[in-house]
Amino acid sequence: MSMAEVCNANEQLVYAKNSLVTDNVMHYCPGCSHGTIHKVIAEVVSDMGLENRCIGVSPVGCSVLAYNYIDIDWAEAAHGRACAVATGIKRVCPDKMVFTYQGDGDLAAIGTGETIHACNRGENITVIYVNNAIYGMTGGQMSPTTLPGMVTATSPLGRDVKLHGYPYKIGDMVAMLDGVCYVTRQAVNSPANVRKAKKAVRTAFENSMAGKGLSLVEFVATCSSGWKLTPVAANRWMEENLFPAYPLGDIKNV
Amino acid sequence: MKQEVRLMKGNEVIAEAAVRAGCDAYFGYPITPQTEVIETLMEMRPWETTGMVVLQAESEIASINMVYGAAACGKKVMTSSSSPGISLMGEGISYMAGAQLPCVILNVQRGGPGLGTIQPAQSDYFQAIKAGGHGDFRMLVLAPNSVQEMYDHVFLAFELAFRYRNPVMILSDGVIGQMMEKVELSEAVRRLTDEEVTERYGDWALTGRHHRNRNIVTSVQLDPHIQEGVNDTLLEKYRRAEREEVRYESTDCDDADYVIVAYGSAARISSKAVEMAREEGHRVGLLRPITLYPFPTAPIRELAGRVKGILTVEMSTGQMVEDVRLSAGCSVPVEYYGRYGGMIPTPGEVYEALKTLLIEKQA
Repeated sequence: MSMAEVCNANEQLVYAKNSLVTDNVMHYCPGCSHGTIHKVIAEVVSDMGLENRCIGVSPVGCSVLAYNYIDIDWAEAAHGRACAVATGIKRVCPDKMVFTYQGDGDLAAIGTGETIHACNRGENITVIYVNNAIYGMTGGQMSPTTLPGMVTATSPLGRDVKLHGYPYKIGDMVAMLDGVCYVTRQAVNSPANVRKAKKAVRTAFENSMAGKGLSLVEFVATCSSGWKLTPVAANRWMEENLFPAYPLGDIKNV
Repeated sequence: MKQEVRLMKGNEVIAEAAVRAGCDAYFGYPITPQTEVIETLMEMRPWETTGMVVLQAESEIASINMVYGAAACGKKVMTSSSSPGISLMGEGISYMAGAQLPCVILNVQRGGPGLGTIQPAQSDYFQAIKAGGHGDFRMLVLAPNSVQEMYDHVFLAFELAFRYRNPVMILSDGVIGQMMEKVELSEAVRRLTDEEVTERYGDWALTGRHHRNRNIVTSVQLDPHIQEGVNDTLLEKYRRAEREEVRYESTDCDDADYVIVAYGSAARISSKAVEMAREEGHRVGLLRPITLYPFPTAPIRELAGRVKGILTVEMSTGQMVEDVRLSAGCSVPVEYYGRYGGMIPTPGEVYEALKTLLIEKQA
């Protein structure tokens, strides 16, 4: 069936691209989780009627260009500084829905300080944290969440914990802080998980608008190019290796 | 608030000026010798009166990025720090210049390099004028020489920041930050609404996309053709500032044989040296740059055409002197005198230097 035929069959339409997802061609690689996570966020913003009150913050990493794909106001941020930028926005615009969209290199390496202090202050923002255990944009280097033994461009013999330390479970860490009301770990590897993820993002956004403190939604995600796997193999590798290290589910919900 | 006169410290007056200028937010981190700025703001509690946000950040890196976020929303935002803290802000300042965001940054300079000393210096001239961060950009830089100018420059800096959508630095030092003087406080200006910001300065800020397409605040352009265009836009702004925003004060220069060029507290000390020279019959004047970028190149070039020599006085090992020499264009000797590392020259030392380096040499 051609696209034209689908579009004309309005009475049978059960699913459509959300109007907040732009028609720009995505630069993400085949098999990458970012596209689906973008879709989930766009749908939640749309469902909650927040499109005119939502400001996203996209710092350095593959998702620095997220503003090309979701039709809301956006600020790009320096590498790691998204939580500080979001703090500045939310403090002067307390009626806005402010969220950051950060990778593991950004949030858990160079931006650890800004992240933890925004959490500790209980900023009324949502942090979308996409953890694929690797630096995607720069071509597949080791990140703080890279698994022991995992081969990357900067750990060609596999991550050696004696040299590089251990996978950083920053979600568990920030859950300890009083300023944080919600920490959950999600994935978009299956339709069922996409639905759960959408519910989690909605809970986080509702918390932010209700002034309950900081919510962090971690997505355990694929980077097929960085991992040098096909999209299908990447999904399988994630399920077999990342899920045991970063188990899905709520870590904190108060 | 009516116009009133008070005896105030330079750093305290910055807080007073911020509130009265209708500033929307201040983000900062303690560092000597400028910590009174945030202390005074916390005491004033402006969030209960004007609604201004005051937040102590976890670092200067966080401060400048909070400034970036709030400025992206079209708000009047400022931060303050001293030399080592300004170094940490370099990245954020560069991003703000790239994303064309307005903000005011106060640097109450201390001696360096490294942790250096907490005593006053003017050793961040290069940093402020030539290299506030990576990439091709400029900050507009104001150099107050009194507590009154600390106050006035906050208003002027916000005006310039929004006119040029660019970071503006107030380059002060520990002398002016810490000293107390009489200051006239103007009537308070109220904070602008989002609609007023749009009307006056254009519809670029992040206010939520009501009735317009989304706004994006960014400094990333992966396509070099587009990035070159961005650089052209910035360059046009800087050229315009060079034409329209040069500010300086010229004292006793009309009949001068020799001129001292100095800014900030070094200019105050030098004005006393000029008096001493005049008392002994030497015709000496003072040119004080008020904007360091854009630099008063033309007035210095004009002076160089008719005086016998120029002495640059600064509390550094010789930084502004390079720009004075470029402006003078080899037509007359341009000498340098300075104390540094937290040491402050006396008027007598400056006068001696003027005599030794220029007057007696040419006699």
